[in-house]
Order: sequence, then C-alpha cells, then structure tokens
Amino acid sequence: MPPDDPLHAPPPPEPRAEPPALFTVRGLTKGYAGRKVLDGLDFEILRGECFVILGRSGSGKSVTLRQLNGLDKPDAGSVVFDGTDITGLEERDLYPLRRRVAMLFQGGALFDSMTVFDNVAFPLREHTGLSEAEIAAKVQEKLGLVHLPEAAPKMPSDLSGGMRKRAALARSLALDPEVLLYDEPTTGLDPITSAAIGKLIRQIHRHLDVTQVVITHDLDLAQHVGDRLAYLSEGHFRFLGDWAAAKRSSDPELGDMLSGREWEKEDDHASSAQP
Amino acid sequence: MRARNFVTRTGEIALLSGRAFAAMAARPLETRLWFAQMEQLGVRSLGVAGIATTFTGMVLALQTAYSLPSLGVKYYIGSVVAKSLVRELGPVLTALIVGGRIGSGMTAEIGTMTVTEQIDAMRSMAVDPVKKLVAPKLAAVLVMLPALTVIGCGLGILGGLLVAVFQLHVQASVYLNNIVQNLTLADVVSCVGKSFVFAYIIAIIGCYNGLHTEGGADGVGRATTDTVVTLAITIMISDYFLTRLFILVVS
Repeated sequence: MPPDDPLHAPPPPEPRAEPPALFTVRGLTKGYAGRKVLDGLDFEILRGECFVILGRSGSGKSVTLRQLNGLDKPDAGSVVFDGTDITGLEERDLYPLRRRVAMLFQGGALFDSMTVFDNVAFPLREHTGLSEAEIAAKVQEKLGLVHLPEAAPKMPSDLSGGMRKRAALARSLALDPEVLLYDEPTTGLDPITSAAIGKLIRQIHRHLDVTQVVITHDLDLAQHVGDRLAYLSEGHFRFLGDWAAAKRSSDPELGDMLSGREWEKEDDHASSAQP
Repeated sequence: MRARNFVTRTGEIALLSGRAFAAMAARPLETRLWFAQMEQLGVRSLGVAGIATTFTGMVLALQTAYSLPSLGVKYYIGSVVAKSLVRELGPVLTALIVGGRIGSGMTAEIGTMTVTEQIDAMRSMAVDPVKKLVAPKLAAVLVMLPALTVIGCGLGILGGLLVAVFQLHVQASVYLNNIVQNLTLADVVSCVGKSFVFAYIIAIIGCYNGLHTEGGADGVGRATTDTVVTLAITIMISDYFLTRLFILVVS
C-alpha cells in the first residue's frame, strides 16, 4: 500500500441528520495479472441500508465485496469500517470485524463434510460459549428464519441449489451480524427460487437490524432489495444513487442494463446479418 | 502453479510451517480433530505401509542370500535386513507410500475446499483454516508416520525372518542374534528422526498445495499430482542429506 494516497481523505465530519457511513471506501484499486479490475472506487455504505452493486459478469463486483471484510487486500486505497481502517490489518486482526460482518458466498460454500446443522452451529461453537442445547435452539431459530427447519440433519450435497443458499444464509446469520455481504445470491437459480431468495433478503432487512451489501447482475433482485444502487463497469462506478436517479440517468450502458434492451440489439444483429 | 516462483513458494511454505506449528500449540487444543486425523491418516495407512515393508524385508533376505552365496553370508542376513530397513528403506518407503496416499488426500480435500470457497467462508467467519485444517493434519502425521515406520520396520524384519527360516534354512536364533548384535541405538534414532522430517514435509506440502489450488476440478487434479511428484522428489533428496547429517552426528 502506498503510504499516502491522495484520494484518502480523512473521514468527513458527521452530517447532522443523515445516518453515518458504516463503510467508507476511498480510491480502491485492485489489479490482477496487469489488468486493473478496480480503478479508484469511492463510495460509502450507510448504516442500515441495502446497497446494491450491479455489474456485468467479470466487472469486479466480487473483488469489491471481498475488500469489505478483508478477504482480499487492495493494491491501493482504503476501506474504513466503523472508524477503523482495515486495509493494513493482519488476518488475525480482522477477526473482530468478521464476527460483525458475515458473508454469503456464491455457491453457498457450506462445509460439505458436515450436516446443515453442524454448518450453522460451526460459528457458534467457535465463537460463543453456548451449551449444545442453546446452540441447537439457535440453529433451529436461524433455519426457521430461512424457511429450512427440516434440513438440519441433511448433508449439503443432498440439498438443491436454492436450499443450499438458504442454509448458507442461516449460517451467516448465526452470530447475529451487523452487516451481511451477499455475493451473487441468485446466480444459478431459477426465477422463482431467485424471487424467494430476494424476498428473504428483504425480510431479513425488515426484521433484523442489519446493513446489507448485495452484488449481482440480476436486475430484478437489485430492484426489489436495493435502497441505493451502484453500477460498476470497467473499474469505475458509472452510476451511484437511488432508483429514481438511476431511471433518469443518461448513461447508455446503465440504460441498456435497466431496460433489457440488449435482447433487442442481438435480434437486430441477427436480422441485419440476413441478406 | 508450476510457474510460481520457487523462491516465493519456499518462503510461503516456511510461513505456513510457522503458522501451523504456532496453531498446534495455541489454545484451545483441538485434540478431537487431531485424533480424527490420526485415525484417518495413520491407522488407515497401516495396511499398505505394512505390506510394502514386509515384502521388502523378504526380498532383502532373498537377495542377500543369493547374490553373495559363497561368503557364508547366510549368517549375516539378519543384520543386512535390519540395518537396511531401519536406516534407509523403512523410513523412505513408508514416507513415499504413506505420503502418496495421505499427501494427495490432503491436497484434494483442502484444494476442493479452496476452489468452492469453503476456506474463504471459514476465514469470513473469523476462523483460521490453518488452525482448523492444517495443524491437526500436521500433528497427526508427526505422530503417526514415525509409528508406522517403526511398525513397518518390525514387520519387514519379521518378513526377512520367515524367508530366512523357511526358505534359506537359517535358524531363527541366528537371524535374531545377528540383529541384536549389530543394530545400534543410533540406527533407530536415525530411523525415527528421518520419519519425523518426512512427516513434516508430507503434511506441509500436502496442505500448502491445497490452500493454493486455483481453478475448478482440474485445478484440484493438477494440485494433487503436483503434491505426489513434489513429495517423492523432496523425500528422496532430503533423505540423502539427512543420512549425511546422521553420519556426521554419530561419528
């Protein structure tokens, strides 16, 4: 990390009424194999909101998300979580943060050697002094939240894709996190299951006091769960704001994404290719 | 992975070793995981390691008797078998066979967890994969490989005894006496010492390659192959230097 990033501004003074930023990201830059995936991202995530990062496949959404809990380190820039700059922290020093910030992985990332019950119990056994009876109660509560109360004794390999994601979500909720990071929560699911996952994200938002960050290329999901939207393309946010502003935006690529016009374009190509 | 700079890899392996040994000692001790790994890695390797060393002992007895028939060498079969096994073949063969079996298994297991983001999931839950996965395997192999080696040497000597008695018509007491007179404590120490070092090599390389697996199923396949090849080479090369070291220490 360069010692002094010009983009790294000190945290701004608290505005009066607005909810304070939980994450403040400045000048986030990350490259792989000579290609800059993220090129100086600046954004804030406010306490209690659901922030959606929309982008096409390979646009660097996952990379951005993984900076927020320190799974990856940026090449330059900083991520400040709740007043602490986490960019220079050692793995071990990130653990307190990670107990407050849970992540739902794209494929669920359930431990496939354990039952669903043991998966959800895993963070509880690691981090709380709860007795097995208390853990069992908590696991059932979390599985109830994601509408999977009967799945506890099953192995992850016996679950469908949607169930696996819900079980993984229950595991992410186990420690009652303040922040939930979702990595492509609907990828690989059919539209009905996707909608169910989307509703679940909304329910969690309504009933639990959490800040949520969702990265996705699923427009339906983004529209249904997001309070604010950022559109990531070529390492920059081409748009950042609420939905009303997104619909008014003159950015052509975002316009295409929001309107689904890409389908028509492809048809045009196909028809114009015909003599 | 092959293209990874050799120096970088060596450095990372050294770092992983440090973290794994520290995690082994750190509280709370994950003894339940250790015993599970000992069972899986050690006890289940007993059959294959035992068969290999038993037949090696039998072959050694035969070769000794038939390649040097004129020298009355029959009476030295015991010490030839025991010395070769205890000083060289026991530790090396056991490490190669057990290493191939459990080193590749470790890489496949951890590698699959890496490519399916289970390792990242563990990190995201503030749990150290080195403590949870690497340290128990390292502890298990450090205990079980020397044990398997000693058992293997015993079985090999027994195999040699059977061949000596039933095929070469050497008295069992001659065979055993010859061993007792010639086998030294230094031989046994070198045997166990070598297998400790091999155990460390197997566990660290197996886990390191697993944690650095990239890509999907083919990545796991490549990493597993890499582990088997690297282990075989590293064990053979380090055996030479360990032998020199022990000779230096003893003399």
